[in-house]
Amino acid sequence: MNINDITSSGSRATREGFGQGLLEAGGQNPKVVGLTADLLESLQMQHFKKEFPERFFQVGIAEANMIGIAAGLATAGKIPFTGTFANFSTGRVYDQIRQSVAYSHKNVKICASHAGLTLGEDGATHQILEDIGMMRMLPGMVVINPCDYNQTKAATLAIAEYYGPVYLRFGRPAWPIFTPENQKFKIGKALQLSTGKDVTIFATGHLVWTSVEAAKQLATQGVSCEVINIHTIKPLDNEAILDSVSKTRAVVVAEEHQRNGGLGESIANLLAHKLPVPVEFVAVNDSFGESGKPLELLEKYGLSSNDVANAARRVLERKKV
Amino acid sequence: MAEFDQLKEQAAQVRRDIVRLVYNCQSGHPGGSLGCVEYFVALYGKIMKHKAKPFKMDGKGQDLFFLSNGHISPVWYSVLARNGYFDVQELNTFRKLNSRLQGHPATHEGLPGIRIASGSLGQGMSAAIGAALGKRLDGDKRRVFCLCGDGELQEGQCWEAMMFAAHHKVDNLIVTVDWNGQQIDGSNDDVISLGNLPAKWKAFGWDVLVLEQGNNLEAVAAMLQRARRRTGKGKPVVILMKTEMGHGVDFMAGTHKWHGKAPNQEQYESAMNQLPVTSLGDF
Repeated sequence: MNINDITSSGSRATREGFGQGLLEAGGQNPKVVGLTADLLESLQMQHFKKEFPERFFQVGIAEANMIGIAAGLATAGKIPFTGTFANFSTGRVYDQIRQSVAYSHKNVKICASHAGLTLGEDGATHQILEDIGMMRMLPGMVVINPCDYNQTKAATLAIAEYYGPVYLRFGRPAWPIFTPENQKFKIGKALQLSTGKDVTIFATGHLVWTSVEAAKQLATQGVSCEVINIHTIKPLDNEAILDSVSKTRAVVVAEEHQRNGGLGESIANLLAHKLPVPVEFVAVNDSFGESGKPLELLEKYGLSSNDVANAARRVLERKKV
Repeated sequence: MAEFDQLKEQAAQVRRDIVRLVYNCQSGHPGGSLGCVEYFVALYGKIMKHKAKPFKMDGKGQDLFFLSNGHISPVWYSVLARNGYFDVQELNTFRKLNSRLQGHPATHEGLPGIRIASGSLGQGMSAAIGAALGKRLDGDKRRVFCLCGDGELQEGQCWEAMMFAAHHKVDNLIVTVDWNGQQIDGSNDDVISLGNLPAKWKAFGWDVLVLEQGNNLEAVAAMLQRARRRTGKGKPVVILMKTEMGHGVDFMAGTHKWHGKAPNQEQYESAMNQLPVTSLGDF
């Protein structure tokens, strides 16, 4: 598994993968229903609505009600997929999710687009960077952040077949596609993208591609990286993480999220208990975002491929000590 | 369907159960529970088609009930037990460690009869609407019932749900508001006035019924039957049910002060002396 074998076959938004996956899930299972809070096309749910109009509910700008209705539909045996921006899917409705979905263990799929800085020009009001933290704190909640169009589509199909509450996080911009078409998505299974001996880079969501680019850059300088795609943040694939880290003994975690509460914290928690090694975090460090273009924002907030590569260099220095 | 004589006896026993429930664990919410006894007894004994055993979460082919103001769990637990959902002896575990009878209703411990957690207010109507949509999709002609508090209507989510139900013509849903005029910090009018409640529901597109005698069993049953006849006509139905908080225990009646407080021994004895012993027996 050579990092240079990973190439992009084009670009599409992860939310489009969700839209396609939802359409197919709807065809496979008549229990699948869709709901949106006035963001039909932003979530790419128009395909599902067109094909299954009787199974689609426009809730209007009322996210709390949407979560409650989804919980009720799940009670009646349906598999509801709610769609709105990540900000309005989590922080705005945290208590509704906590009581009506998580505590009640309802089979609701909370599908959240426009997560993170790469939302872009709309700015910090919409760029949620705390959602993974909020969702992973809820007992029983599965948290998934796929990395590209193909994987988001596969994840959407997989969560339809899983019983229980799920938070599925994806994004707005067109993003490189580099995972296989029609892949089988296994919830909770980390995906190794390259083998390496010097450092392991764990990444989730958009930052998986960023980390692949970083690893390619590092390879030219003789640094061998193991890049692992953690598409499922909860439950975390402890075994895969420990296997890799026991070999490299140096870790970088990259995510489009706050450092507090994110994947990095999850992995650091695991390693602190089982295998203490140096860890560097590529994440937003306790600040809000701002308006700008996605790549400009990733650069300004320290989430570019150069930042991942620099984090790897730092962790290698620490490993030597 | 049970006869009114039997149901009246059950209502009397449920009142005793409520006081004993909160006294036993020295916590819980007797006021709203006592005020809604007739509603619960009529609903489970006379109105809903439902099956206690085996309890099925999806309730296909059955009428469903959702309690939004979960703090009145004592009345619900008592009525569920008295209707065979679980052994009445289990009422002894209310609010105690390792119990299925949590302070506020939950599905987490698997208590039969409960379909969703409630307690954090304002969420139950949305869940009931979702279940009603599920029934509609399945061609299931049974109905969905939901009880909300009046103070609870101060939660914005309720009004989101009301708009949705009217817009989507969720006409297999009967919401009842426990209109006792009280909430924790005082009367609704002192805290945040609900204004002209019937006019507000009507303006939101609901078929509005007002029940003046929410503590009269026959009147409650008749109103629920009337409401059921008005379902299926393109509008969600609401019953604004005037009740007396703490009804049946003189010192608890008509005041917010017993919203969430347990009686001491002296008060307990006074209450139990006012509530007739029934052939059903205490738990």
